[in-house]
Amino acid sequence: MSKAGLIAARLLQILPTFLLIGVVVFVLARLLPGDPVSAALGDRATDEAVNRLREQMGLDRSILEQFLLFLRSAVQGDFGQSIAFRTPVTTVIAERLPVTLALTGLATLIALALAVPLAFVAAVNANRWPDFLIRGVFQVGLSSPVFYVGLILLTVFAAWFRWFPVGGYGEGFADILWHLLLPSTTLALSFSAVIMRNLRAAILEVLNAEFVDFARAKGLSRRVVMIRHVLRNALISTVTLVGLHAGSLLGGAVITESVFAVPGVGRLMVDSIFARDYPMIQALTLILAVVVSLAFLITDLIQMALDPRVAR
Amino acid sequence: MTALALTFRRAPASLIAGAAVLLVVLVCAVAPGLIAPYDPLAFDYGALLQPPSAAHPFGTDQFGRDILSRTIAAATIDLQIAIFATVGPLVIGTIIGLLVGYYGGIADAIFGRLVDLVVTFPFLVLVIAIVAVLGPGLSNMYIAIGVVGWVFYARLMRGEVQVLRGQDYVSAAKVLGYGEARILLRHILPNAARPILVYWMTDMALAILLGSSLGYLGLGAQPPAAEWGVLIADGKNFFSQAWWITVFPGFAIVFCGIGFSLFGDGLADLMDVRR
Repeated sequence: MSKAGLIAARLLQILPTFLLIGVVVFVLARLLPGDPVSAALGDRATDEAVNRLREQMGLDRSILEQFLLFLRSAVQGDFGQSIAFRTPVTTVIAERLPVTLALTGLATLIALALAVPLAFVAAVNANRWPDFLIRGVFQVGLSSPVFYVGLILLTVFAAWFRWFPVGGYGEGFADILWHLLLPSTTLALSFSAVIMRNLRAAILEVLNAEFVDFARAKGLSRRVVMIRHVLRNALISTVTLVGLHAGSLLGGAVITESVFAVPGVGRLMVDSIFARDYPMIQALTLILAVVVSLAFLITDLIQMALDPRVAR
Repeated sequence: MTALALTFRRAPASLIAGAAVLLVVLVCAVAPGLIAPYDPLAFDYGALLQPPSAAHPFGTDQFGRDILSRTIAAATIDLQIAIFATVGPLVIGTIIGLLVGYYGGIADAIFGRLVDLVVTFPFLVLVIAIVAVLGPGLSNMYIAIGVVGWVFYARLMRGEVQVLRGQDYVSAAKVLGYGEARILLRHILPNAARPILVYWMTDMALAILLGSSLGYLGLGAQPPAAEWGVLIADGKNFFSQAWWITVFPGFAIVFCGIGFSLFGDGLADLMDVRR
């Protein structure tokens, strides 16, 4: 199949995925406790008003019709009114999603900046003390819960040294960066441990490949072989890994945002549970799943571009 | 006896170190009363927010409760989380993976789509959404994790079984006329089990991280239950004056997590499982 055909096929695959995500969220929403009509109108609504809204929301129709209605409004971006905010759910989420994307994006950059050089050092010194030291430190990072790391960074760098704000979100690029630096470092720590472990193994594997022997036999310098041949090939697996971890990164953002009071969708999710804001929970679950499946899509496309073998 | 001694000599250092760490956690979890110097729930108004000292090695909290005793007592719930949140998925996932991998066909195709779907939802977000349906608390948390978690075991098991079902010894067993149940349970399962066991160790470490995170958010274990995440949440408002309330329970989580990781790494080495 040609490359363009593969890309088109991959793009089409996203549609059934979206549909299935819709099914899961719809089922989950049916299982939620409480009646959405009385939640929206309160206890003192008249029977007439209840019936009218029930009809409006399509709750008097068959379950299949209800599902189609749900899909139609989801495609139109209509997830109903938030119970806690009394505005359309979509408005609130549109405000907060960029915050979470900035947080997770910055966290990915920090994780890569930590993991790539250290994985390189560890692999080159495999089974000697720098390797053991790097792996040991990252093992501690991997075993530390995100909220714990966050609290420690918050206390040391925001409360004691006062280098960073204790929470919230800024205005303008530099201010936002300053506010997000501690939370994204927190989020990056365990992620970088995962990347480091994977990249170290990938570099060790590539080091044994025949094309590396060949490059050395050609008389290329060690430096050129390492950077142009070894690291470049090993990084392809890192791209896949970063994409596959989009979900766990968003999950980590839920906790990080709660610790640092960052006004993103993760914190919104936790707040919505305590506020019993079911339309919000429903929409957030759906949108976060869509974000992850888009991340998978982008990963596949990047991989197709980087690795010519994929297209064959 | 010789076999045991041989196994012990062959055991990787990480397996022994991990086992030692887990043994400490296990003893704390089973008999906290024997080790803890104080009653973890006893208030002591004479010793509020005391920093670590000889009398209170981990200090005391705002009610004068001994942090060391509370951290030891919390091992009970956290080890329970590691086991209860993973055993259900382990058993169900293994059975489904075994069947789907062996028989293939339409069930396998459906399972493949299910895996694609489950990995699209951020695990924590899905667990939180299910907790929202069921309500916060430990047993609902186990259900929420179980509803999603079995898929990862089944996926692993399916991959193993698909390789094994083509092996000569399985064909030989078929030729001998053994029933399918016997082939699945006696020939395939024992050989496919090793990667599952190794993954189980990693998963228990993850379960403690997840369980303490939900406890911290108020969606898992509910106070006054002593759980490491809940203890950390308890102390977070005093962090700048009394860091010891949060720092020491966190050490326990890291300690326990490293124990499971070392044990899992050692097990992988011992059983020659590639990860």
